[in-house]
Amino acid sequence: MQDAEADAQAVARVRAGEPEAFRVLMERHGRAVHRLAFRMTGNEQDAEDVVQESFLRAFRNLDHFEARAQFGSWLYRIAANCSYDLLRARARRLARTEPADATPDLDASVPTGDPGPDRLLAGAEVRRRIRAAMSRMSALERSAFTLRHLEGMSIAEIAQALDLQGEAAKQSVFRAVRKLRGALAEHAQGALRAKA
Amino acid sequence: MSARLGTHVTDDDLVLHYYGESERPALLDAHLDACAACGARWQELSQVLAVVTDEAMREARTPEFGDREMDAAWQRLAPRLASARQRARLRRVMVPLAVAASLVLAFTIGRHWPAAPEVAPGGTERVLLVAVGDHLERSEMLLVELVNASPDQPVDIGSEQRQAHELLGASRLYRAAVTRAGEPGLASVLEELERLLVEVSHRPSEISPDELAVLRRRIESRGLLFKVRVLEWQVREKQKEPAPGAAAVS
Repeated sequence: MQDAEADAQAVARVRAGEPEAFRVLMERHGRAVHRLAFRMTGNEQDAEDVVQESFLRAFRNLDHFEARAQFGSWLYRIAANCSYDLLRARARRLARTEPADATPDLDASVPTGDPGPDRLLAGAEVRRRIRAAMSRMSALERSAFTLRHLEGMSIAEIAQALDLQGEAAKQSVFRAVRKLRGALAEHAQGALRAKA
Repeated sequence: MSARLGTHVTDDDLVLHYYGESERPALLDAHLDACAACGARWQELSQVLAVVTDEAMREARTPEFGDREMDAAWQRLAPRLASARQRARLRRVMVPLAVAASLVLAFTIGRHWPAAPEVAPGGTERVLLVAVGDHLERSEMLLVELVNASPDQPVDIGSEQRQAHELLGASRLYRAAVTRAGEPGLASVLEELERLLVEVSHRPSEISPDELAVLRRRIESRGLLFKVRVLEWQVREKQKEPAPGAAAVS
């Protein structure tokens, strides 16, 4: 059976009052939703929560789902939106519980002194810098960047998924990339010099 | 974007080009070949983003979400689906009933005013109370979201705006109903709530920290969140009464 057809049949069964058929949709798309959620939130528990919330939201809004559309794409947008909501909620909790000057800045945990070129080339150091840059991104920047860079969604698709204006999505990607460049410029220049 | 060779391109143009979303990729490619400064920035950007991709791939050990996890997730989800289905059914029944209840109450109270509205049918009043209680609960959640939003940076309130828009329509309906039912306290809070909902739904989806502060001040200075919570509690308590009359909840 074609994927889209299997989805359409499951959706029709749920709409006809057979909620157990929703399990078919979960089994078909749960892993993709989980993968996306994990990439966006970077946390396993959060990813599982996003899976729950995404499928619940999809179930509640199934009446608004157009039968001609792809269920997977529709659900994917919901999952991106749920992940974004979770990141925003997390940022708000952090803002409430921690004073502004106590915001975790992973750069602060760098050992004293500038790391030498050898350390910069080390994968662990690069990874740490990427994480630090990601942690300095807002929920919107992180979401937009992950969807653009790792999930390959276009700016227009990101805007649609996160309910934003196209310009807001675009600017968020720009700001995120600026933060990454700030964190990795030294490494990139070193790598380019090594290539030359 | 710079349209001519010899004009440096911006970093943002380079980002769009990297992701294949530049409006004039051929022109940009030609410029990057010809301009050493822009070419170097392009190389650096590409290197940074390639490193991010490499690291993401290396770290791509997404936690297992196999059959066992899937089953656990379904066990957790299934009761929530049942509950969502029940609520949806209830809502489908409640909204028209709430309208009907408001009409019945208005008619009854109008006929017997100023006598105590003892003739109001308990069933319809209960339906109205359930609907208003649900409405207050959703409004409270929205106010909490706004009050707790991070004030340090521009905030996207797109989803709150959608909620505000939905709540606004319902709020007007319920206010009219409770006004007719002789609940001035409840009507007054709903009116205050509506003004805030209008303000939220008419703002741009991304608001500055200053605009957010204005909204929060409005909520906090008039104790709107507190009033909504108290009313919600009173409405819920009223619902528990065994023989519902038409006594005031405010």
